[in-house]
Amino acid sequence: MDTLPILSLLTFLPLVGALFILSIRGDADVVARNARHVALWTSMINFVLSLFIWVHFDTKTANFQFVEYALWMPDFNISYKMGVDGISMLFVLLTTLLTPLCVLASWENIQTRVKEYMISFLVLETFMIGMFCALDLVVFYIFFEAVLIPMFIIIGVWGGPRRVYASFKLFLYTLLGSVLMLLAILAMYADAGTTDIPNLLVHRFPPELQTWLWLAFFASFAVKIPMWPVHTWLPDAHVEAPTAGSVVLAAVLLKFGGYGFLRFSLPMFPDASVMFTPLIFTLSIIAVIYTSLVALAQEDMKKLIAYSSVAHMGFVTIGAFTLTVQGIEGAIYQMLSHGIVSAALFLIVGVVYDRIHSREITAYGGLVHQMPKYSLIFMLFMLASVGLPGTAGFIGEFLILVGAFKVNPWVAALAATGLILGAAYMLYLYRRVIFGAMTKENLAAIGDLNMREIAIFAPLVILVIWMGIYPGPFLDIMHVSVENLLTNINTALDAGAPGAAIATAAGK
Amino acid sequence: MMEIFAVFLPLLGAVIAGLLAFMRPRDSHHPNRIDKAAQYVTCGSMILAAVAAGFVFWDVVLGSNPKTVELFTWIDSGALEVSWALKLDTLSVVMLFMVTSVSSVIHVYSIGYMHHDNAIPRFMSYLNLFTFFMLMLVTSDNLVQLFFGWEGVGLCSYLLIGFWYDRPAANAAAIKAFLVNRVGDFGFALGIFAVFILFQSTDFDTIFAAVPNKANATMQIFGGEFSAITVCAVLLFIGAMGKSAQLGLHTWLPDAMEGPTPVSALIHAATMVTAGVFMVVRMSPLFEYSETALTLVTVVGASTAIFAATVACVQNDIKRVIAYSTCSQLGYMFFAAGVSAYSAGVFHLVAHAFFKALLFLGAGSVIHAMSDEQDMRKMGGLWRLIPVTYVLMWIGSLALAGIFPFAGYFTKDVILEAAYAADTLAGGYAFWMGIAAAFLTAFYSWRLLLMTFHGAPRADKKVMGHVHESPKVMIVPLIVLAAGAMFIGYLGYESFVGHGASNFWGNAILVLPSHPALEAAHNVPVWVKYLPLAVAVAGIALAYLFYLLAPAIPAMIAGRFRAVYLFLLNKWYFDELYDRIFVKPAFYLGREFWKTGDGSLIDGVGPDGVSAAVRLLAKRAGALQTGYLYHYAFAMLAGVVVLVTWYLFTH
Repeated sequence: MDTLPILSLLTFLPLVGALFILSIRGDADVVARNARHVALWTSMINFVLSLFIWVHFDTKTANFQFVEYALWMPDFNISYKMGVDGISMLFVLLTTLLTPLCVLASWENIQTRVKEYMISFLVLETFMIGMFCALDLVVFYIFFEAVLIPMFIIIGVWGGPRRVYASFKLFLYTLLGSVLMLLAILAMYADAGTTDIPNLLVHRFPPELQTWLWLAFFASFAVKIPMWPVHTWLPDAHVEAPTAGSVVLAAVLLKFGGYGFLRFSLPMFPDASVMFTPLIFTLSIIAVIYTSLVALAQEDMKKLIAYSSVAHMGFVTIGAFTLTVQGIEGAIYQMLSHGIVSAALFLIVGVVYDRIHSREITAYGGLVHQMPKYSLIFMLFMLASVGLPGTAGFIGEFLILVGAFKVNPWVAALAATGLILGAAYMLYLYRRVIFGAMTKENLAAIGDLNMREIAIFAPLVILVIWMGIYPGPFLDIMHVSVENLLTNINTALDAGAPGAAIATAAGK
Repeated sequence: MMEIFAVFLPLLGAVIAGLLAFMRPRDSHHPNRIDKAAQYVTCGSMILAAVAAGFVFWDVVLGSNPKTVELFTWIDSGALEVSWALKLDTLSVVMLFMVTSVSSVIHVYSIGYMHHDNAIPRFMSYLNLFTFFMLMLVTSDNLVQLFFGWEGVGLCSYLLIGFWYDRPAANAAAIKAFLVNRVGDFGFALGIFAVFILFQSTDFDTIFAAVPNKANATMQIFGGEFSAITVCAVLLFIGAMGKSAQLGLHTWLPDAMEGPTPVSALIHAATMVTAGVFMVVRMSPLFEYSETALTLVTVVGASTAIFAATVACVQNDIKRVIAYSTCSQLGYMFFAAGVSAYSAGVFHLVAHAFFKALLFLGAGSVIHAMSDEQDMRKMGGLWRLIPVTYVLMWIGSLALAGIFPFAGYFTKDVILEAAYAADTLAGGYAFWMGIAAAFLTAFYSWRLLLMTFHGAPRADKKVMGHVHESPKVMIVPLIVLAAGAMFIGYLGYESFVGHGASNFWGNAILVLPSHPALEAAHNVPVWVKYLPLAVAVAGIALAYLFYLLAPAIPAMIAGRFRAVYLFLLNKWYFDELYDRIFVKPAFYLGREFWKTGDGSLIDGVGPDGVSAAVRLLAKRAGALQTGYLYHYAFAMLAGVVVLVTWYLFTH
């Protein structure tokens, strides 16, 4: 096990597949078909490989596992280092699971530049997995920013009519955050003399510096998650992106922000985190209430789900900053379940978009008459989105609110209004799309899910119920890492003085 | 093992029937084969579950053998540990037995009632699924699993209210039911959190054991310091108010009548709406330690009892009358719990399940006979045409009105006596409101009977020509329920609230010695014992006067007191009020936040503003590059002047 560089394999196998696709020559149809198949097989093999780390993951240690190390820039003390712990491991699996589904979802609706499209997706997978596995700040930063390149291309080339506006907005928002984060990374390097993440986790930054570093990282993560009021890029990006682009964006890219808070902001800048907690709570509560109300008023299905994502991620930031076991585990769980549920919801919109080519809610109505299977699956994920017990959505929200109630009942009560509003906009959406009499002529012959689509939804359906009824296997992975995270933060906070925490945090 | 069968057989039935719903009949000679299969599977699984529940009843209640069956861990995070488990004590097994038997009866009835429908497997699947969630609710051994069942029955209620999804009214009612319940669940969820923070557990046994030690604990919450037990109990009660349609959160229940009638009988009369009462009784060891919470429960229950009864007196839709009646009866159950007569509340709950299901199904039989007409103003003169239904409705009404020796006589009287015997201000309020509501109950019940079955037929000839008695598959279930409505009160009295009660209930319900209302209820003055019966008879007499002997009087009163009449007819204007203060503002705010907040403010100042500013700046900067030498020379000269001036002034 030590000899097999499994994480590098997972990271770069998609890149190999992309190179392979690049070399395909010949007739346009043949190229397209081969590109699809290579992309599907590469990503499927990658998924199967990723199960290896789940099977061999040791849930009893908080140390990074499957660690790989190679000298990169020894003069600057920068190296290529990979590894996962209980916080990052499941996100790798989420990514490897969703990529083949995305390829499958693009099987028919992408007909132009198929080769380039599939390459973009495989490259995207490489960057995403690399981001979650990176244990060196520089490596992390490279992956973190590189993800935007294929994402820009996917939106900008295969997107809708306002794709240029959407990509420029995404660029403007992320640029600010990226520049500040880069500055922060330089400052951290100057203070700690290393970019090695495990070392940085036990390094005590002076409280004044922490404040600035925290703010710089916050600028980047808050945009990614996204938090109110830097969320307005998300609805536009989602609306313009092709279905699979929306899926990856909602399911994985948004998690970068939450993951960043848990990996960097909380453990490395604990004093600043505590200081800014009221800010986070305020922005998150505004996000939950504000975006839920906005979602209620939407006329575009994708926009509605995009806004609901902002509300759901508001729960994540609340949970993470409660600094309680339930809150943080809930935040991770919520990110995973949102990964599954939002992916499914965007795929659900994609199914009817492929048939009718409209995202307007008013273009639909009465679909249940023609599409009973579709209606059932939509119902299931709608319920997961509103956090019905027995689905994945419940566990995360419940744990987060338990944690929030411990810290401040007001926060829990205000955030819990999201449960009511969330039900309102989702039920209202479902009613307008699925229920009612079938009166529109162009819908009369609409077909139910085909086998390919059922194959896409099947794993998501299984997961969303499994994670709702028996979340043990997922929560077990987090326990030790989260406990350790909290212990370290609390020792650092108790110690107060810089440097005092190193001794107790040797477990890293 | 039997308890596993009782709880999970309905789930199995639901899954099988659900799969059948997706199958198309291949055999053209037997187009109903799939419908039949779904009916056999669901009814079969329900009846088997009821039989299993009978065995459990025999073991746990009669054999005094309460137990908890652990299934597997559900949530485990830090100190929070929640299991899937079945808790079987007298309270849960009484509910288990009641739910499975009433549900079985209603399943069978549905075969007849729904036989014209084109989605029978789906309907039967929902009914089975509902029963499963209800059983998970009542057998839960912790608050979180209770919440699972709680939301699950809410989901099924939503699905079944909106069962005929082509009707806009049904869809609107379904969403309303879900959302109003969510408002209650908001309180319930916060209550669970508060309980967990206080007790470090959500398991009933752990909580109940720790309550006495926490009796004086306080909790800093929402800007004040309150008794921790009171905070927990009040928050949980908000959840109960939503599910059991108590005053303020009741608006969904009348609208829920958009669903098929068997649904109204099963969910919105017999089982789901009583979940709130069940929860308060289940949490009796907690509520007992909070006088504030008990007083609140009493006042809300009593107010709902009278409020709903007043509204029921003027409604014209046969199902809505019964729906408001349900709301009112739930109020009785709550104030019974509020005066610590929990077992009396459960006694009424069980009896009510039978006679109210009977009334609903009887109403369904009437609607069925009248070609789907529900407006009582268009009925009348039916009793000769559907005599069996008529007799059964009489039995249900006698039980509801509390006439000796029908079930309601025993169960409602003991509640009123306990309220009187509680000897508190809230108890007194509940007693007099309860007496007034009992009068109105009898009045509107006979108003319903007389308007529906007596007088001259008001429907057109065609409808009257079609009126027919329902088939056996619908009548037999009604007879079973009627038997319950007749005998449960008499048979159950000793065990539920009489001398055998302490033996019967075991440790399922806790009543502190300082709350002896139920004990004292047996020793109230004679007039208290007979007053409910007297007002019921008076109510019946008044109904006869108004609707048979002098039919001009109601119209005259309605005309004279028009404002009051409209106030009642429009259900105290709750819907209009909520629409004005919640629904409309939510949509308005959503639109404003979207267009103004996101559009003009955030985007306008943010990305769009920045890009506009950059473009403007570039244009200005570009305009400077004129290419004329003298422009540049002038700018240079100006610069030199400024520099020199600055130098001179600073030195």
